[in-house]
Amino acid sequence: MIDVLVIGSGGAGLTAALKAKELGSKVLVVSKTYPTHSQTCQAQGGINAVLKEDQQDSVENYINDTYKASHKLGKIENIKFFCEKSKETITWLDSIGVPFSRDENANIAQRKFGGTKAKRTCYSSDYTGLKILHTLYDQSIKNSIDFLNEHILLELLVKDSKVNGAIFLNIENSKIIQIEAKSIILATGGYSGVYHQYTTNSYSSTGDGIAAAYRAGAKLSNMEFIQFHPTSLEGKNILISESARGEGGYLVDSKEQRFIDELRPRDEVARAIYKKQHQGDKIYLDLRHLGLEKIEAVMPQERKLVYDFMKLKMEKDLIPVSPSAHYTMGGILTTIDAKTTLENLYACGECAQSGIHGANRLGGNSLLEIVTFGKIAGENAAKNSKNKETVEVEKIRVQEIKKEIEEILKKECKTSFYSTKNELGKLFFNNVGLFREKKKMQKALDYLENKKEEIENLGVADKSKIHNKNLIELLEFKNIYLIAQLIVKSALKREESRGAHYRVDFENEKEAFDKISISIKKEENIEILFEEIV
Amino acid sequence: MKIKIKRYNKEKNEQTTIEEYSVNHNETILNSLIEVKTKYDNSLGFRCGCKSGVCGSCAIRVNGVEKLACKTHLEDEDLIEPIKNTEVLKDLIVSLHHEESLLKIGHTFLNSNSLETITKEDEKKIDRQSNCILCQSCYSSCPVYEVNKEFLGPYTLTRALRYVNDKKESAPLEILKNIQTNGIWDCTLCGYCTIACPQFIDPKSDIMSLRMKSVQNGFEDKSLSAFNSSFDLGFNNDFGFNPNGF
Ligand SMILES: Cc1cc2nc3c(=O)[nH]c(=O)nc-3n(C[C@H](O)[C@H](O)[C@H](O)COP(=O)(O)OP(=O)(O)OC[C@H]3O[C@@H](n4cnc5c(N)ncnc54)[C@H](O)[C@@H]3O)c2cc1C
Ligand code: SF4
Ligand code: SF4
Ligand code: FES
Repeated sequence: MIDVLVIGSGGAGLTAALKAKELGSKVLVVSKTYPTHSQTCQAQGGINAVLKEDQQDSVENYINDTYKASHKLGKIENIKFFCEKSKETITWLDSIGVPFSRDENANIAQRKFGGTKAKRTCYSSDYTGLKILHTLYDQSIKNSIDFLNEHILLELLVKDSKVNGAIFLNIENSKIIQIEAKSIILATGGYSGVYHQYTTNSYSSTGDGIAAAYRAGAKLSNMEFIQFHPTSLEGKNILISESARGEGGYLVDSKEQRFIDELRPRDEVARAIYKKQHQGDKIYLDLRHLGLEKIEAVMPQERKLVYDFMKLKMEKDLIPVSPSAHYTMGGILTTIDAKTTLENLYACGECAQSGIHGANRLGGNSLLEIVTFGKIAGENAAKNSKNKETVEVEKIRVQEIKKEIEEILKKECKTSFYSTKNELGKLFFNNVGLFREKKKMQKALDYLENKKEEIENLGVADKSKIHNKNLIELLEFKNIYLIAQLIVKSALKREESRGAHYRVDFENEKEAFDKISISIKKEENIEILFEEIV
Repeated sequence: MKIKIKRYNKEKNEQTTIEEYSVNHNETILNSLIEVKTKYDNSLGFRCGCKSGVCGSCAIRVNGVEKLACKTHLEDEDLIEPIKNTEVLKDLIVSLHHEESLLKIGHTFLNSNSLETITKEDEKKIDRQSNCILCQSCYSSCPVYEVNKEFLGPYTLTRALRYVNDKKESAPLEILKNIQTNGIWDCTLCGYCTIACPQFIDPKSDIMSLRMKSVQNGFEDKSLSAFNSSFDLGFNNDFGFNPNGF
């Protein structure tokens, strides 16, 4: 019997697995991609920590900055824990082999990132996420962690609010399997994939784990908060990191005029760009004045990206940019112990709402979160499994799910969902994106409601069993469809502006909304509530 | 613009076929593949993730050369095929089951921390090798791996050097020991892996460094004997016998 079942093999999942294994648990990691294909590899900028307290920086400053960015929706106790542990977390990563860049004095180098004046962000050249993820993978191999790759989570097994396992589809052969475990950790990443074709995220970020937790009855929280990054390559949705502006880059319109202080918070800059574009203008990142030498020295990777994907040279050309959905603050509600509202179920990483980011996330805080809470989840899941002999699970659900998948495969495929997925992405970017208002959001909601029947009856053209990506994408799309409803319903209810959630019809922050939103399943309906932060 | 794709679906047909499609999107081959899948044939199989050249999942061959689909422009009539030297599961999707076991044999991880101070220069030494995205392009191009699936191969050996050269590693000998058999001495130094690598990693030079380090640390220089046995390589697989495999 498995003690700790980890679902997802990005930075959060691998950290949790390593910790649980260290504590003597029997661990299995199941994931829909190979570990190193996980989105964590895309993080370029870095990971925050206060390594030394001096006039420059202190843990207290870090706590304040994080809480301020959260617009009062972060939980002080959790933020405190997170920031106080930051040095220990980085030291651990360093000790297992993450090759952090060093400064002249052989200390881990740190740079400035948005939302703070201090140099607080540790990095590994421009490949911080890649190097962290691969180091964690190497350690997983060293510690003989068992992997089941390319297995997609379909549903959690739950009885009397206790989770005892999960059902997966093996992508390689379409077989449905049930895995029982004493503790289950969800580490399945975020849901920016709702904004399909308008996101910097990996194609896998479809919120599957969050959707499964919701269906199992867990409380989700703050689903309306989505961070849009101001500068992704136009039409490509590839991120150009904040460091481009940090190093002195300008944002200009088609008349080559600057129109905003480039170093304002992400959400403000993103909104200014979106507004201009909406008026028919084009926006560019202008780095020409920095010169080739400086560009080569401080952002070689970015320069390569721009050249590879746009055939443009940073030192000579204007780079067309636009905002994209980048990070999702909402997710499965967790405590400081990484516990969800269901027994035996833990969550960590971008799929969790762990009380850190609130209405907005600071750049560099997500990588720290996945490792900090990955460890906590691993530890508590291991402890939880210690006092159990075995768990009892029924076999009915797995039979039902087998039937459901067979039905989908049998169905005649009248319409392909790919165009609906594009349509939904675009609609959400425009109507439930950077600027929100009741009328537009209602339209998005109506769209979803009109599509209900069509989506329930979707089939796939590919009937094969081996690597049926068509089927996988349909299952993912159904999750996107569910999450989209949660986003828009929460956003409609939050009649104020706060952090990344900006409402044209309610432009101010309201004390009455100093609360987290909760999405929960009540019978077959979505219920949205607000809860005090305690 | 035309794109030709090598298709294989063993449930339908044991044979591979080459299908031609016309596409509007050619900014990247990945865009073209997505267009083919969503417009003409929903069953087209390929992997992708980050669309920005870091997750390593989209490696394919374009007119015989390994490329990342998400970073390569489509030219008219390009032939897209799966990468080589591993089983094709469906269309452009290949088996990756070997990865974990090869890395495990190579001991390519930090065995034990030396707790030494790491300087800027120390970190630079392993920077390039630690940029590997495990895209498998180098394995696809490697003629030795083609005939000997026990050969540890370019990315495992590059990763070995990444840890051997890491001042944090207090037991580099442990890693060197694990790459003597089916490892550094089996490589013919042909350099194909270096050409194939989208991250500008140079596994061939890394293997040469590892040879030097091995000899310095008292391991036998097997470059000559490896040269002799390399004549038999083409037959090894067929007979299930591997002269370098003891
Ligand atoms: C371009 C980019 C740049 C970024 N830069 C930074 C930065 O500089 N600093 C920072 O702090 N943060 C950054 N972030 C954010 C940060 O990278 C992510 O929030 C973080 O990596 C998420 O890690 P995770 O482990 O929670 O999830 P992921 O890395 O997304 O992993 C999710 C895992 O779950 C698996 N999974 C998903 N669904 C299923 C399912 N149904 N069944 C089974 N398995 C499933 C996936 O296969 C994957 O293995 C960036 C993000 C992007 C996109
Ligand atoms: S140089 Fe060696 S490892 Fe690289 S492709 Fe040639 S034989 Fe393979
Ligand atoms: S060494 Fe280069 S080609 Fe080989 S897997 Fe790594 S990144 Fe890919
Ligand atoms: S899609 Fe990730 S490397 Fe191409």
